[in-house]
Amino acid sequence: MSIFGFHYRLERKAIGLVLGIIVVSSIGGLVEIAPLFTIHQTVEDAPDMRLYTPLELAGRNIYIREGCYACHSQMIRTLRDEVDRYGPYSLAVESKYDHPMLWGSKRTGPDLARVGEKYSDQWHVAHMINPRDVVPVSVMPAYDWLLSTELRTDDLSLHLKAQRAVGVPYTDDMIANAAVDAYGQSSPDAPQADGVTRRYGKATTVRAFDGLPSRLTEMDAMVAYLQVLGRLTGAAHKSTAEAGASQ
Amino acid sequence: MIAQLTRNERQRAIQIGLVVAGCGLLLGLAGADDPIGLHGALIFIAGLLAILVVGRDYYAPEPSDERFSQYYDDPSKAGIILAMAWAVFGLAVGDWVAWQLVKPDLTFGGGWSSFGRIRPVHTTSVIFGFGGNGLIATSLYVLQRTSRARLPDQLSPWFVLLGYNLFCLLAVTGYMMGITQSKEYAEPEWYADIWLVVVWVVYFLIYLRTLARRKEPHIYVSNWYYMAFILVVAILHIVNNLAVPVSLGHAKSYSAFSGVQDAMTQWWYGHNAVAFFLTAGFLGMMYYFLPVRSGRPIFSYRLSIISFWGITFFYMWAGSHHLHYTALPQWVQTLGMTFSLMLLVPSWASAGNALLTLNGAWHKVRDDATLRFMMVAAVFYGLTTFEGSFMAIRSVNSLSHYTDWTIGHVHAGALGWVAFITFGSIYASVPWLWNRDGMYSAKLVEAHFWLGLAGTVIYVFAMWNSGIIQGLMWRTYNESGTLAYSFVDSLVAMRPYYIARAVGGLFFLIGACLGAYNIWMTIRSPGLAAKQPEPKLAAQPAE
Repeated sequence: MSIFGFHYRLERKAIGLVLGIIVVSSIGGLVEIAPLFTIHQTVEDAPDMRLYTPLELAGRNIYIREGCYACHSQMIRTLRDEVDRYGPYSLAVESKYDHPMLWGSKRTGPDLARVGEKYSDQWHVAHMINPRDVVPVSVMPAYDWLLSTELRTDDLSLHLKAQRAVGVPYTDDMIANAAVDAYGQSSPDAPQADGVTRRYGKATTVRAFDGLPSRLTEMDAMVAYLQVLGRLTGAAHKSTAEAGASQ
Repeated sequence: MIAQLTRNERQRAIQIGLVVAGCGLLLGLAGADDPIGLHGALIFIAGLLAILVVGRDYYAPEPSDERFSQYYDDPSKAGIILAMAWAVFGLAVGDWVAWQLVKPDLTFGGGWSSFGRIRPVHTTSVIFGFGGNGLIATSLYVLQRTSRARLPDQLSPWFVLLGYNLFCLLAVTGYMMGITQSKEYAEPEWYADIWLVVVWVVYFLIYLRTLARRKEPHIYVSNWYYMAFILVVAILHIVNNLAVPVSLGHAKSYSAFSGVQDAMTQWWYGHNAVAFFLTAGFLGMMYYFLPVRSGRPIFSYRLSIISFWGITFFYMWAGSHHLHYTALPQWVQTLGMTFSLMLLVPSWASAGNALLTLNGAWHKVRDDATLRFMMVAAVFYGLTTFEGSFMAIRSVNSLSHYTDWTIGHVHAGALGWVAFITFGSIYASVPWLWNRDGMYSAKLVEAHFWLGLAGTVIYVFAMWNSGIIQGLMWRTYNESGTLAYSFVDSLVAMRPYYIARAVGGLFFLIGACLGAYNIWMTIRSPGLAAKQPEPKLAAQPAE
């Protein structure tokens, strides 16, 4: 029987077509996506990998809320000009705790994967208040209200809990102290500051990100997040150095 | 509207309204201190409105049995009006966004109106608002005619249409309040996603139930495409939106996937939203309205079979070409590239099939702007799929990715293919649906056609230029071996093209406004005394 003869009979049966569509359309996804969750090579090991602090996570949520991903990628490709321009190419492990990932698809502005600690906090604050003050030809909108908006912290524990539910290893201690840590990270002189480095590691930056130690604003969170981009692990720097050494 | 519902259906509608209002109330109370609270209020009002509208005419006389001798087209009519309303709104926002890249302070100083929040308002309004309503309206229309069967009931199509528009409304208002999960083209949050699943299941059931009542032995090719669109979009939507909400009172949720797996899932969804929302559904439209309007049978039924299964199979592998040179394992990237190239075969089979169908009817294409909309749509479909396969090649992608070339490519498809086939199908079906002898003004259809075509061409050429220049500037080295241009240099170079793009978009918007006006005037003009016979489809199954 010819293939069209088979089809002649298939197209008389609605359920047959439905099953056909489901089977035929499922194969591609099963072959390409399922293995990514099971094979070990998908994501590299990075023992020094640290978690986002509650303040950085809140900043990440503001970054998402404002749709920054529409113009800024966070994925440096393995191309010479990108490595020269932005830094070592991105590794899978660097976004291991990113739910969701923010690799992006468009660069109306530059890539941000390694922007952490590249500019000062003051630069970021000025840039958010009016981008054209620091980059005259920038087409980025102003986010000046971030500086005057208090950061909501009362639900940060719930956020960390939900993160844990999807696989980020936050401890009970971290969850219980989420709001305190958010305050502590942006107030270096306050007694709450010590807990942040104790729970999230010595590499954690504790600073008054928006320049106002007494207040916890959305600007604090945003700058804290931008300053940690590309700095959760040093794995990418190491792997490029190794690649250079073996050549 | 209500007079067409049976007493039973009116009762059911009020029950649904109560459940919706109850859910809205729950969300509103649980999320009083979160943006979700406002959405709860919106859902509550939507439920109340449904109860009020149905309740007002609850005791109106029941419809007579005569209705069974006619197709049920009221939801299609409402769908067409909604589609045009979303088109005008979505295109206007799109042009506003385009001007923001020329003059970034066009935000009126508010957070709600900045580029990052308005951009998804544009994409959702045009893709889901305009495209989705067009798909629902035409699919219900085509389904009945190709099956020679009436829709199974009067309530479920209204539930699908209005429920779907509630989803779109939640999405668009949500972005302005900052509710988004940042997955491109899947930005709405968990509660809106769950609601869409409910709506979608009912939509699928309408399809199956009508097909079960059909008087034609064979299921016409348009319906395979519409079914693939409904089924696969459901699969994509559910998998990509798996997430854990922070709490019942929070709009925010966290994706079940992270990093590289999330990227692959997202672009598997993202690319197949192009495949099954923006292609399969509209191919269903094309396979009905193009042959009917041109009065010719489909050139080759066998070619349409090959094309259908080819698209259903190949497309699902192609998503990973969005992730060339990234941290996604190389073997997946290679598979994505390979299947993207193979996709050209079924895509061109459909585009060629459409154009060859017009053989012997080219004089009609010359005289009839409605048919010309469909012809140009097929041409743009062919061009865009060629460009897409080309851009999926890894070395080409290294230049085009992250640049405006991608924006130009999707707009060639969205404006030239999706919008044009929809406008053509709407112009064809409006006189039949409202029983008029033609559109209010043929000249306005003509003007819409040329404005739309000019707008698309200006837009696409501007973005090709800016994209390729961007890509080249980013990778250019000077003689001493360092990068020749800073990022800001490339930004300055984009400016003239961004202005051209915004002008092209404005042309397209003006055309759509003319279309909306023309459709409105057609509806308002007096109907014909006797029901006009619709042109018949010359269908043939595979043999």
